[in-house]
Amino acid sequence: MHDVINAAANFINLDTANIVYLFLVGFVGGLVSGFIGSGGAFVLTPGMMSLGVPGLVAVASNMCHKFPKALVGAIKRAKYGQVDVKLGIVLGISAEAGVLYGAQIQENIKKAFGEAGSNLYVSVAFVVILAVVGTFVLIDALKTYKSGNTNAEEKVTKLARWVQSVNIPGTMVYFKSINARVSVLFTIPLGFATGMLAATIAVGGFIGVPSMIYVLGAPSLMASATELVIAFVMGLGGSFKYALSGLVDIRLAMIILAGSLFGIQLGAIGTTYVKPFMIKVVMGVIMVTVLFSRALMVPVYMSQLGMITEIAADTAKMLKSVSFGIMIFALALGAFIVLKAMWQGRRAEKLAAQEAYEHGKV
Amino acid sequence: MSHGNVKRKPVGKMLLMGAISVTLYALLLLKQDVLNQYIGRGGMYAFLPILTAFIFSFVHGSFTGDFWTVMGIEAAKKKKEVK
Repeated sequence: MHDVINAAANFINLDTANIVYLFLVGFVGGLVSGFIGSGGAFVLTPGMMSLGVPGLVAVASNMCHKFPKALVGAIKRAKYGQVDVKLGIVLGISAEAGVLYGAQIQENIKKAFGEAGSNLYVSVAFVVILAVVGTFVLIDALKTYKSGNTNAEEKVTKLARWVQSVNIPGTMVYFKSINARVSVLFTIPLGFATGMLAATIAVGGFIGVPSMIYVLGAPSLMASATELVIAFVMGLGGSFKYALSGLVDIRLAMIILAGSLFGIQLGAIGTTYVKPFMIKVVMGVIMVTVLFSRALMVPVYMSQLGMITEIAADTAKMLKSVSFGIMIFALALGAFIVLKAMWQGRRAEKLAAQEAYEHGKV
Repeated sequence: MSHGNVKRKPVGKMLLMGAISVTLYALLLLKQDVLNQYIGRGGMYAFLPILTAFIFSFVHGSFTGDFWTVMGIEAAKKKKEVK
């Protein structure tokens, strides 16, 4: 009984304003996830915490909205022929192991260096990984845009060609998205890294999608759609793990899901109107913007750990607010690009249909 | 309506799933204390949030999918131009 009271104390009171806020953030997060396969979680977890939800409950509830959302998104995009279920499951299972390992590392860091140490680790991981991968993705998208070949088939990278050429007997599996046989000895570490990142910064897709594109050689559309399968597998396992400890606030998870299912359907529809390089544009822009958000918090945590001179409480508070503001801006910017690209695609299709109709009449 | 409109819009299905979805959400909020108590226990009750999530995703997912179709927002009609 005592446990029940303790657990119930983890769950906040929900008023209408909170419900509307969670619904809207869920919608925008869902829209971006439907398009690039992940995203949104990096805003949702701190967003819930800003309402007074304890950190672990926020992480658990976020996961419990993620897997049903990813399931709906994956089914929708499978209808468009964009999902490689086999690759998603193979990567998803190794990602699950990565999540468990990543969570263990987090716990150890927390034990050794406290809350500030754990926050610093998360922020530095954010900054370093997003700086390297985000910049790479964005530069690649810009190159495609500048080349004027946005309609051309995506080129498979040299690295991916090499990965596809390596033959390790007994480990080779055919994946339809890559249209080649690849050794699982390559996919396992990639999935593991995706899971570790998911456990650390809540968005495994920032490693998962670029690795499918650049290391395995999958087209952007298929990589982002397959990421939804990985998110489902990871989210289901993660939710169950947290649910065993009674940490899931099902009300928060389902309210976010209410908004995010509207969003994910729209984001998935959006992928049928855009050129593949737009996936990279949205992903790169979000990653590079979020990077600044986390970078702002690094000095705050460093000062808490005594690594640099102390930062005044007011300044730390201001940095925290600006950091959260930039995160919301990153998500909103991503959603704006998705909607704009979709609107342009729809308009072009309508014009083409009208033209064809008029030609037919003449 | 426009000339290419051959497919009927799933208005009835959308309304039905929408009504079920609203009912589920009303129940979730009205019975939140009981739900939180059971889910907060963890252990074998871990199946409860997972099952709830699956039910909501099926009902609300079907409703939101039909919602956009009824609103006229559907996937591009052309076959994928880039493979």
